[in-house]
Amino acid sequence: MFEALSEQLEAAWKKLRGQDKLTASNIQEPLKVVRRALIDADVSVQVVREFIQGVETRAVGKEVISGVRPDQQFIKVVYDELVQVMGTEQVPLITAPQSPSIILMAGLQGTGKTTAAAKLALYLKKQDKKPLLVATDIYRPAAIDQLQTLGRQIGVPVFALGTDVNPVTIAQQGVAHAQSEGCDWVIVDTAGRLQIDQAMMGELAQIKTTIQPQEVLLVVDAMTGQEAANLTRTFHEQIGITGAILTKLDGDARGGAALSVRQISGQPIKFIGTGEKVEALQPFYPERMASRILGM
Amino acid sequence: VGQGPLDERAVTELETLLLQADVGVTVTDWVIQQIQAQIRQEALPPELALKLLSGLLRQVLERPYQHHAPNLTPVPGQLNIWLITGVNGVGKTTTIGKLAHLATKSGYKCLIAAADTFRAAAVEQVKIWGERAGVGVVSNPSANADPAAVVFDAIGAAQSRGVELLLVDTAGRLQNKQNLMAELQKVRRIIDKKAVNATVESLLVLDATLGQNGLRQAQVFTEAANLTGVILTKLDGTARGGIALAITQELGLPIRFVGAGEGLMDLRPFSSYEFVEALMGI
Ligand SMILES: Nc1nc2c(ncn2[C@@H]2O[C@H](COP(=O)(O)OP(=O)(O)OP(=O)(O)O)[C@@H](O)[C@H]2O)c(=O)[nH]1
Ligand SMILES: Nc1nc2c(ncn2[C@@H]2O[C@H](COP(=O)(O)OP(=O)(O)OP(=O)(O)O)[C@@H](O)[C@H]2O)c(=O)[nH]1
Ligand SMILES: [K+]
Ligand SMILES: [Mg+2]
Ligand SMILES: [Mg+2]
Repeated sequence: MFEALSEQLEAAWKKLRGQDKLTASNIQEPLKVVRRALIDADVSVQVVREFIQGVETRAVGKEVISGVRPDQQFIKVVYDELVQVMGTEQVPLITAPQSPSIILMAGLQGTGKTTAAAKLALYLKKQDKKPLLVATDIYRPAAIDQLQTLGRQIGVPVFALGTDVNPVTIAQQGVAHAQSEGCDWVIVDTAGRLQIDQAMMGELAQIKTTIQPQEVLLVVDAMTGQEAANLTRTFHEQIGITGAILTKLDGDARGGAALSVRQISGQPIKFIGTGEKVEALQPFYPERMASRILGM
Repeated sequence: VGQGPLDERAVTELETLLLQADVGVTVTDWVIQQIQAQIRQEALPPELALKLLSGLLRQVLERPYQHHAPNLTPVPGQLNIWLITGVNGVGKTTTIGKLAHLATKSGYKCLIAAADTFRAAAVEQVKIWGERAGVGVVSNPSANADPAAVVFDAIGAAQSRGVELLLVDTAGRLQNKQNLMAELQKVRRIIDKKAVNATVESLLVLDATLGQNGLRQAQVFTEAANLTGVILTKLDGTARGGIALAITQELGLPIRFVGAGEGLMDLRPFSSYEFVEALMGI
């Protein structure tokens, strides 16, 4: 794909041979090529618009470096801008001044919250931490069973009160339980919800107010299309997220949602999910994501 | 693109509408070209663009009916097998529950094969759906059982019990995982071999929030599972599911059902009219 983008940019540039400066007019055609590539990678149309403006501002006036092909130089500008927007360094989890530190999972249905909760627990356990998982999804059939099965696999306890107790109460008692058991991390799994579902968003807001988590991690499927922008905006406005986890990156989606999530919330992507197994969690590296979105 | 009777602003508007619905760059370009050509050839006022757009989109969605019946229903009095496939988390298991309910209500004798033997609590989940719909579930209690073996057993049970619709739940799999796609191929082979006289539908479940990767999914799943149609879920959200339209355009697959909620009743037969209205935000 990067080759495709490269070739198209080269073609766009051939028409401009001999020009020694990137100008507002001679980068219009290459900008169009980049715009299409980003939309093809599922970056939200609105985010693409802002991003292209950023690239334009950065590129215009640059001298073409002798010995470097202008299309290559232009790609470098695009790539650098992508890395810049996505946050140039990897951001660790926020810990509470006093144990336990609390992580609240949030997101649409089926994005990978429950799996990511277990992955995080294992990740923390491997750092000699003592995590507790809390099962507040009383809606999805066998959701608690799913978390308990994963908990057994990784040897991390799961706090559950069945499906007849209010999720806010479960979360609250889960945190209290972690305190009494001397756990230093609590990971609260929640039911999937649409950002337009007022009742369910209200519930999540109430869980947050009640347990005061250090982290609210929005779990986003890397295959998400244009909707990534809407859902991020609403979750951030109504709940307030501190970061995101991008899942299913073991697939071959280009993952443009990453750019939308980051640009719209301003919050860092902290981890990526790279498989169905509980070990498949990795830190997020903006450079790698930029290359992937551009198809490099 | 964009050369024609529609001015730049009108083109941008149409383009934004389609791209924001996840229709994708290729189909969007094609659609706009078609509209430009139609306005020019028939000397129509450009204000008609939106109307032309909805007509064109419906044409795309209804074109598969040249080769497929417009409505998908099991053939009564014989075994039908519907294989439900797709990537992780799109709504396969939930849709099985809804389909089981719909089919039972319509008087079909129904059975579910729990062939997701991989994901944590997948069998428990589909069993709860079976209970809700009042439909039996064939499963293998041993961990990581061979899904093809579960399907084999379920076909045997369906045949001996005179079942008319066997719904096969499969594990979510990303289409670039060759081993998992080979496993699906094996399930498909078992169905074709063991149920020679059954009418088989192979349905890909797509989540309306999916972006452009959906097209790749449809291509690869078509090869592995010989797809005959698509089910689009999560249309109760604000995502429009435009990639399903691109899939129909590129692969000729009909959209069969739409899911719009997490409840037992939240499934409807596909209507191109409703889909296009929703996509265009009418
Ligand atoms: N390939 C792959 N699959 C994943 C990844 N993360 C999660 N999954 C799969 O995605 C599906 C959904 O994951 P869940 O953890 O159940 O998602 P969820 O967000 O908890 O779903 P709900 O609770 O129903 O909203 C399951 O099949 C998981 O195995 C990942 O990084 N890669
Ligand atoms: N809002 C909404 N949620 C849905 C719909 N269909 C399914 N879901 C939810 O999506 C999540 C995943 O659904 P599943 O049926 O488990 O999906 P799956 O494809 O079987 O997942 P895996 O087996 O893990 O690959 C659950 O939380 C469902 O309740 C729908 O039409 N609308
Ligand atoms: K999804
Ligand atoms: Mg879950
Ligand atoms: Mg399932």
